[in-house]
Amino acid sequence: MINTVSAIPIDATGDISWKLPYRGTVGMLCLIIAESAIFIIFVVAYIFYLGKNLSGPTPAEVLELPIFGTVCLLSSSFTVHMAVVALRKNNRSRTTLWLGVTVLLGTIFLLTTAQEWYHLIHDKGLTITTNLFGTTYYSLVGLHASHVIVGLVLLTITFLFSLGGRVHEEHEKRLDALSLYWHFVDAVWVVVFTVVYVVGR
Amino acid sequence: MSTTTPVLEAIDETTARGHGHPPFSVIYEWITTVDHKKIGLMYIFYALIFLIIAGIEALLIRIQLAVPNNHFLSPQVFNQLFTMHGTTMVFFMGMPILFGFGNYLVPLMIGARDMAFPRLNAFSFWISAFGGLLLYYSYIGASGLYAAGSAPDVGWFAYAPLTAKVFSPGHSTDYWTLAIFLSGVGSIGTALNIATTTLCMRCKGMTLNRMPLLVWIYLVMSGLVFVAVSPLTAAQIMLTLDRYLGAHFFDTQAGGSAVLWMHFFWIFGHPEVYVLVLPAFAFMNEIIPVFSRKAIFGYPAMVAASVGIGFISLSVWAHHMFTVGMGPAANTFFVFSTMVISVPTGIKIFNWLATIWGGKIIFASPMLFSIAFLFQFLIAGLTGIMLSAAPFNWQLSASYFVVAHFHYVLVGAIVFALFAAFYYWYPKVTGRMMSEHLARWHFWLFLIGFHLTFDFMHVPGLLGMPRRIYTYEAGRGWEVWNLIVGLGAIFQAAGLLVFVYNLAVSYRHGKKAGHDPWDAWTLEWSIPSPPPAYNFAIEPTVNSRRPLWDLKHPEDPDTGYE
Repeated sequence: MINTVSAIPIDATGDISWKLPYRGTVGMLCLIIAESAIFIIFVVAYIFYLGKNLSGPTPAEVLELPIFGTVCLLSSSFTVHMAVVALRKNNRSRTTLWLGVTVLLGTIFLLTTAQEWYHLIHDKGLTITTNLFGTTYYSLVGLHASHVIVGLVLLTITFLFSLGGRVHEEHEKRLDALSLYWHFVDAVWVVVFTVVYVVGR
Repeated sequence: MSTTTPVLEAIDETTARGHGHPPFSVIYEWITTVDHKKIGLMYIFYALIFLIIAGIEALLIRIQLAVPNNHFLSPQVFNQLFTMHGTTMVFFMGMPILFGFGNYLVPLMIGARDMAFPRLNAFSFWISAFGGLLLYYSYIGASGLYAAGSAPDVGWFAYAPLTAKVFSPGHSTDYWTLAIFLSGVGSIGTALNIATTTLCMRCKGMTLNRMPLLVWIYLVMSGLVFVAVSPLTAAQIMLTLDRYLGAHFFDTQAGGSAVLWMHFFWIFGHPEVYVLVLPAFAFMNEIIPVFSRKAIFGYPAMVAASVGIGFISLSVWAHHMFTVGMGPAANTFFVFSTMVISVPTGIKIFNWLATIWGGKIIFASPMLFSIAFLFQFLIAGLTGIMLSAAPFNWQLSASYFVVAHFHYVLVGAIVFALFAAFYYWYPKVTGRMMSEHLARWHFWLFLIGFHLTFDFMHVPGLLGMPRRIYTYEAGRGWEVWNLIVGLGAIFQAAGLLVFVYNLAVSYRHGKKAGHDPWDAWTLEWSIPSPPPAYNFAIEPTVNSRRPLWDLKHPEDPDTGYE
């Protein structure tokens, strides 16, 4: 029995196994809870203002289903997962490959959003000031897109490190935490897609 | 039993020191620090500065209202003062001071060497601090330097559409929005850090079931910050979009809803009360047992009540909106959810009483403030139940009765608990005891001042005095009450000055405290005062809720009773 004050004696009945969760994962989950609350407020505002426009255009007139972008974004969730699996098996070249594919798919999604916005602003004349639909649409989709951008920056940095051979098996938990964020961004898109493009139309 | 330990020798203090010569090395050390103790202290120090600033604002308000038909302040300045007082006290005094204590205590209590994310911790502190500076910069910056003195004047809950660009031109409202946005980012960062630290950094043997109740409550409070502060952050983004990009979220001219802002604000606003009061409960949970010389009564019930408060507090926000006209169904729901929350808080009060019951009570200054807390928090809760009844609320909403009620919670409960916490942990932080003599002066001055101000503030409210009026006619029966309220403010200010003086003078001249001046039981008292960098030379191991009790009483350890 050690009798220093900073080492409180414990019963000599053997060591208990002591394993706590990885802080990166827990921290990311906390961030996801907080971010979810932010998104919920924007989604609530969107739903609350559905059909309350004082002037056009309405969602039904101008929105089209962004199927291609959605498929790209949702499959990037799969590819980032494959990157984590590859790293867990210490298959570094495959990790790099899957990360690259993820970045590519995310970028394509962002480009489809950009194209959609260009179309809406330029051809349909819908801006954030036009009506309540414009206000809630651009802020909700824009909030999501800004999260995609943050995720892409992080993934690109990881991809470049991986390309330079700096990502190893011991970084698996960190990559896993990053992939959690990316899955969250995808899950939010499922909600945004349902609310804006399915229910809202 | 020997209480000496090779802790200090085992830790290389030089790693925590800055480069260059004093005072630059000291400044450099504090600005660049990622040590949870230093960040905690900076939080507390900065919150105390804002406490004094916002306290002076309150004094000015009370001077203006002390007599009828007063023209000491103009209506514009009065609006700015109550806006700045409320905003500062909630976001730049209450939150940071509680986060400061959390930062300082949580790692020590769970036997960890630092927070889970030290750099995020520093970031969160500085971003919150700059938020506070930004809010006060509005005094010179809001209308440009040539129109100094145009601080935010929209009230601390900034109802729409007053905040729209047409009704609040200039930049003062933007300073308010951005300051709160930054404070929100910092709060979420710190809450994330506290939650992760609690879940991932506990020392060996510190199961959730053995965590000090303070740590449990900080965990619940962090969870509340995630789900309550984030909506406010979202609403500030919307308001900024409205003001700068011409969006219409809260623009009633374009079909936007002013009530939506109220909902978003109070979804934050009410849980925020619990974000602030839960740490006060946390301090009580640590202090009352030590000064009653008994283990806390009903540990599992206390944990359950804290978690229960966390959940229920998310469903009560619209009791701030009974006068909006939400309809009988919504009103009934919020009446009941609000009344239900008095059940877990009642459990807590009974458990504290049961802890004191039969104990050997020591009336040291922390315990004095704790006892005052118990009485005052009870009364605050009772007026809360009165206000939660919708018909009663219709009569008294936005009157001084409401102001008196929530100040009873914020000052009578939270500030008293904070004072108790200061007296209790000051010896740990500085290595010296605070003067007990000055503490008594502080206690009685502040107690008398508090009751003069806030007991008598209920009365003009019942007599129909609305909040936020800058002056009033004589002959309504409000004069004498407002005069008493103003007198109480002077007592409180005097008490606060004694407290600040005590903080300063005890730092140099206080009695040496030693490791464990209160004969307490949690881990922070096992290491030297002030704690060395990285806290624990050897990571501790615990096998009960009161590890130091076990160490001091090996013949009767807690293990068998839990």
